[in-house]
Amino acid sequence: MRLIRELGFAWRLLLRDGRAGELYLIAVAVVIAVASMTSVGFFADRVHQALSRQANQLLGADLVVVGDRPLPREFEAEAFRRVLAATRVMRFPSMVVRGDKNELSRISVVSAGYPLRGELRIADQLYGADRRADAVPAPGTTWIDEKLYTQLGLGMGDSIDVGASRFRVTAIITQEPDAAIGFINSGPRVFLNEADIAATGLVQPGSRIRYRLQIAGAAERVESYRSWALARLQPGQRIEDIHDARPEIRAALDRAEKFLSLAALVSVVLAAVAIALAARRFLQRHLDNCAMMRCLGATQGRVVRSYLVHFILLGTFASAAGCALGVLAQQALASWLGSLVAVELPPPGWLPALHGLVAGLALLLGFSLPPLIALGKVPTLRVLRRDLGMPRGAGLAGYVLGFMVIGTMIMWKASDIWLGALVFGGFAAAMLAAGLLVWLLLQLLSGLKNSGVSWRFGVANLRRRALGSIIQIVALGIGIMALLTLTLIRSDLMQVWQASLPPDAPNRFVINIQQDQLKALSEFFAARGVPQPAVLPMVRARLIKINDRSVSATDYTDERARRLIEREFNLSWAATMQRDNQLVAGRWWDGAAARKDQFSMENGIAATLGIRLGDVLTYDVAGSTVAATVTSLRKVDWDTFNVNFFVVAPPGLLDGYPASYVTSFYLPPGNIAPLNAMVKAFPNFLLIDVAQVMTQVKKMMDQVARAVQFVFLFTLLAGLMVLYAAIASTQDERLYQATIMRTLGASRRQLARANLAEFAVIGGLAGLIAALGANTLGYAVSLKVLNLAYSFNYQVWLSGIVCGTLGVAAAGHLGTRWVLNVAPLRVLRAIG
Amino acid sequence: MSEVSNAIIVRVNGLGKQVTTGSSELTILRDVSFEVNAGEAVAIIGVSGSGKSTLLGLLAGLDTPTAGSVRINGHDLFALDEDGRAALRGRMLGFVFQSFQLLPAMTAIENVMLPLELAGDARARETARAMLERVGLGARLHHYPKQLSGGEQQRVAIARAFVTRPALLLADEPTGNLDAATGETIIDLMFELNRECGTTLLLVTHDELLSQRCSRVLRLAGGMLQNPASAGGPGAQAACG
Repeated sequence: MRLIRELGFAWRLLLRDGRAGELYLIAVAVVIAVASMTSVGFFADRVHQALSRQANQLLGADLVVVGDRPLPREFEAEAFRRVLAATRVMRFPSMVVRGDKNELSRISVVSAGYPLRGELRIADQLYGADRRADAVPAPGTTWIDEKLYTQLGLGMGDSIDVGASRFRVTAIITQEPDAAIGFINSGPRVFLNEADIAATGLVQPGSRIRYRLQIAGAAERVESYRSWALARLQPGQRIEDIHDARPEIRAALDRAEKFLSLAALVSVVLAAVAIALAARRFLQRHLDNCAMMRCLGATQGRVVRSYLVHFILLGTFASAAGCALGVLAQQALASWLGSLVAVELPPPGWLPALHGLVAGLALLLGFSLPPLIALGKVPTLRVLRRDLGMPRGAGLAGYVLGFMVIGTMIMWKASDIWLGALVFGGFAAAMLAAGLLVWLLLQLLSGLKNSGVSWRFGVANLRRRALGSIIQIVALGIGIMALLTLTLIRSDLMQVWQASLPPDAPNRFVINIQQDQLKALSEFFAARGVPQPAVLPMVRARLIKINDRSVSATDYTDERARRLIEREFNLSWAATMQRDNQLVAGRWWDGAAARKDQFSMENGIAATLGIRLGDVLTYDVAGSTVAATVTSLRKVDWDTFNVNFFVVAPPGLLDGYPASYVTSFYLPPGNIAPLNAMVKAFPNFLLIDVAQVMTQVKKMMDQVARAVQFVFLFTLLAGLMVLYAAIASTQDERLYQATIMRTLGASRRQLARANLAEFAVIGGLAGLIAALGANTLGYAVSLKVLNLAYSFNYQVWLSGIVCGTLGVAAAGHLGTRWVLNVAPLRVLRAIG
Repeated sequence: MSEVSNAIIVRVNGLGKQVTTGSSELTILRDVSFEVNAGEAVAIIGVSGSGKSTLLGLLAGLDTPTAGSVRINGHDLFALDEDGRAALRGRMLGFVFQSFQLLPAMTAIENVMLPLELAGDARARETARAMLERVGLGARLHHYPKQLSGGEQQRVAIARAFVTRPALLLADEPTGNLDAATGETIIDLMFELNRECGTTLLLVTHDELLSQRCSRVLRLAGGMLQNPASAGGPGAQAACG
C-alpha cells in the first residue's frame, strides 16, 4: 500500500516536472542515445534473424559438401545409402555472350532435385508474375536473372552463348535460394542443366569451379552423415551447414555491427555529457522542492526514493521513445545496407529494444544518481535561508558509475577487452587533447586587444565558465568532425587515390587463358595492333607445409591468413622480377644456372603467414607436392593494377603442372570491339572490367558511408544537446547578468551581440577542432592505409569553421534570445 | 485530527545556538526559554540579526541548537533524528515564509496538495481545492506560481500551511514581501484560519500591525529574550483576532 502510494507520488512528480518543462533536456538526450544505439541494434537483429531463420533456405539444403575439385562419388553414394536427398551443383564464373555484348556472369549448373530447401522462383517474362520452379532448366535451355536479361537486351526465347554452347532463355529467375551476397564479382546469374556442361568446354584444368553436393533429410541422419563426411574431408573440401550458413555474411555483419555500434556509442558518450549537465541543472532547480518536502515532513529516504523512481520512470519512457525512433531509423540503415546482404529481412525483434531500455536507464541513472543522492542531503533550513545552497557534490568521482556504464557499453559492443580499452582510452585521450587545445585557444582569444565591448564580454563569458565552454566545444566538435570525415575527407581520399593511378594503368584483366591458346592470343593482339601485354602463368596450389610443420587454417587467427590456407594460392614463375616489384630481402635468381627449388614471396603475405627467408614451403599442386625454399621477399606496388603474384618460382620448378595464364592491358574507354572479338574467339576467357569493379566498389562504399553518416547524424544531434544543456545550465546566471547590464544601460543590441560573439566562438572553435580531427584522420588513413601523400584540404577547414560558427551562433542565439526579452524589473523581483 | 489540547504546545528551555566562524565563536541565541499555549498567537519581534529566524528554524527542527531543548506537544524535538523531526513536522507543523516558497514546477493546487500527498492522503486533491477556495483562489487552481501576484502566491502558501490542519503554524515574515494593503488581507486570512482550525500561531515579524494583533509579543535582542516576564504561559488567553 505504502509502495503504491510512493509510486503514485513519484509518478505525479514526474508528470508535474514534465509539464513544467523541467525534463525535456534529459529526456531528449536519452532518446538520442537510445535511438542511435537501437537503430544499429534493430538492423543487425533483422539480419541475424534472417540468417538463422532462413539458414537452410540460404544454403539451399541442410548441409553442403564443397570442394574446389570434383567430389569423390562416395559422398553422394553415402548420402543415398543413408536415405538422404542429394543433388549436385557446380558454380563458376564465365563470360556470357549475345551478339556484340558480353557479361561476366556466375554460372550455376544444377541437376534434378535442386534446390533441396527453399525456393527457386522464375517468371515467364520480365517483371511478370513469378512461380515456384518445380524442375531445373531443360537441357539446351537456360534460366537467367533480370540483370543479364536487360544488360544483354534479350527477349524470351533468344539465345546466349556460354563457352562453346548456345542456350535458349526460357525463364527469368526472381528468387534463388543460395544467392550470393550482392558484393562484387557475383555478377548476373545463369542456371544451366548439368547435362550440358561437358559440351561447353568450360571444365578445364585451372577453371574456377566450385563443386557443391547439397544434402537434405531428417535432422539426425544429416547429423550422422556430417560426422561421416567430416572424417573424409580432404584439403580443399569443406562442409557448410545451417550453423555456419553464409559465414561471409555473418563475418561482414559482425564487423559492420561492431563498427556501427561503436560509432553509435560516440553519440551515447555525448548524450551522457548532456544528461550529466541536465541532471545537474535539475538538481539546482529542485533544491527548493526537496527542502520544502523535508520541511513538510518527508524523510531523507523518502525524498531520494521519490526522485529515484521519478528518474526510473523518466528513463523508461525516454528509452521507449528512443527505441521507437530507433525502429524508424533502422529502416534507413536497412535500405542502404540491406541490399548488400541480399536476404529478405524479417521485422525487428524485441531484444534490441530491451538492450536499448536497459542501456538508456543505465546511462540516465549512471549520470544522474550523484545529483539525485545529493538532493536528499539538502539542508532543510534552506527554506529559511536560501544561501544554504548546493550540497557538496562529489565532483568527477561522482560520475564513476556513469563512466562504468559507458565503459561496459563499449566493452559489450566491442566484445573484445583490448579493442574496448583501445576505443575507451582513445576516446578519452582525444577528448582530453581537444579540451586542452580549446583551453589554449580560449586563452589566446581573450588576449585580443582593441575588440568591441560585445566581443570582449562574450569571450569573457566563455573564459569564466571555462570547463562548461570546453565541454560544449569538444562535444560539438566531435559531432561536426564525424560528418566532415564522412563527406569531405572521404571524397577527398577517393580523389587522391584515383589521381595516383597512372592514366594508362591496365583496366582489363583476362584470366583462364589456357596454354594452347597463347599463340592464338598473341596473334589476336598483333592483328589488332594492340601492344603485346605480358601473359603470366598461374598454377593453383595449396600450401600444406612450412618447413616440417603441417599447416591448417586453425593455426591462424588472422582472417586473411585462414582464407589463404583454406583456398588455393596462385603460384607463378618468371625469370626476371617484375618492374613494379622491389626486393626487400634475399636475392632474386639470376639466369638459367640458378637452382630451381626457390620461391620469392610478397613480404606482406609472408608476414601474415609467419613465413621467413629460408623457410621451405611445400605445396600440393593437383595431387602432387612441390617444395622449395623462400630465397627472397618482394614488396609489390598493388596500385599499378599490374598482375602480380604472392609467390613466384623460377622457370622449370612448376613445369608439367596444369597452368592457366593471366594478362592485363589498357583499353581506351569506349573501344570494346576487341573485347567482343576476344570473347567470341576464346569463350573460356574471363574478362574483368576494372572500371566496372571500381564502380561497384565505389557504390558499395557510398552505401556503407551513407549508413555510417546516418549513425553520425545522431552524434551531431547529441552535440547540439550538449550545447543546449550547457545553455540551460547557465540560464539563470545569464538572465541575472543581462538584467544587471540592462539596468546599467546596456542596449538589447549590445547584449544580443555579446551572446552571438560567445556562441560564434564556441562554433568556430568546435569547427576548428573538427577540421583538425577530420584532417588528422584523413592523413592517417591516406598514409597508413592508402600509402599516399595527403595534402590538408582547405575546404575542410573552411566548411568546418564557417558552418560551425554560423550553425552554433544561430542555435545559441535561438536558445538565449528570450533572456533579452524579459523585463529587468521582473527579474530583480524574482531574485528578490 | 490535530493533537491540540489546552496544554502547552511549545516549550522552549534554555535554547542556545553558537556558530564557529573561522576562529571566533558567534552566539546567535542565548538561553532562550518560553512557552506557548494551544490556540495562542505569539509574535517574535526584533531587529535584523537579533536571532529571530534562527529561533524559528530551531522551533521547526530545521536546525539543531547547541544548548537547550524544544518540546512540541510534549515531543522533545532534538531527541529525534532528522527524519523523526521531518515526520513530526509533517504531522503537526505548518509553515508560511516571507518568500512564499512555492514550487515553481507545480500549479497552485499541486503546491497545496504536496503535504497531503506526502502524508498519503487519498483525498488530497479535493481537500486542497476546498482550501484554495477558502483562501479565495478557487479560480486560479491551475496557475503556476509565476502566473500569480505576490499576494496570491502568499495565499497559496497559507492554504498549503493550513491544509493539513496543523497544531502549530510557524510564519517567517509572512508580509515581508507584500505591500501594506495586501499584507493586511493576508494577516486577516491567517487569523481567520487560526480561529477556524484552532491552530496555534507563532510569527516572526517586523510588522508592527501584525504583532499588535497577537496575544503576546516576545522581543529578541542580541540573541536574548528581552521580556522574559511574558515568556511564561499567560494562562487562558483567548485566541486573537
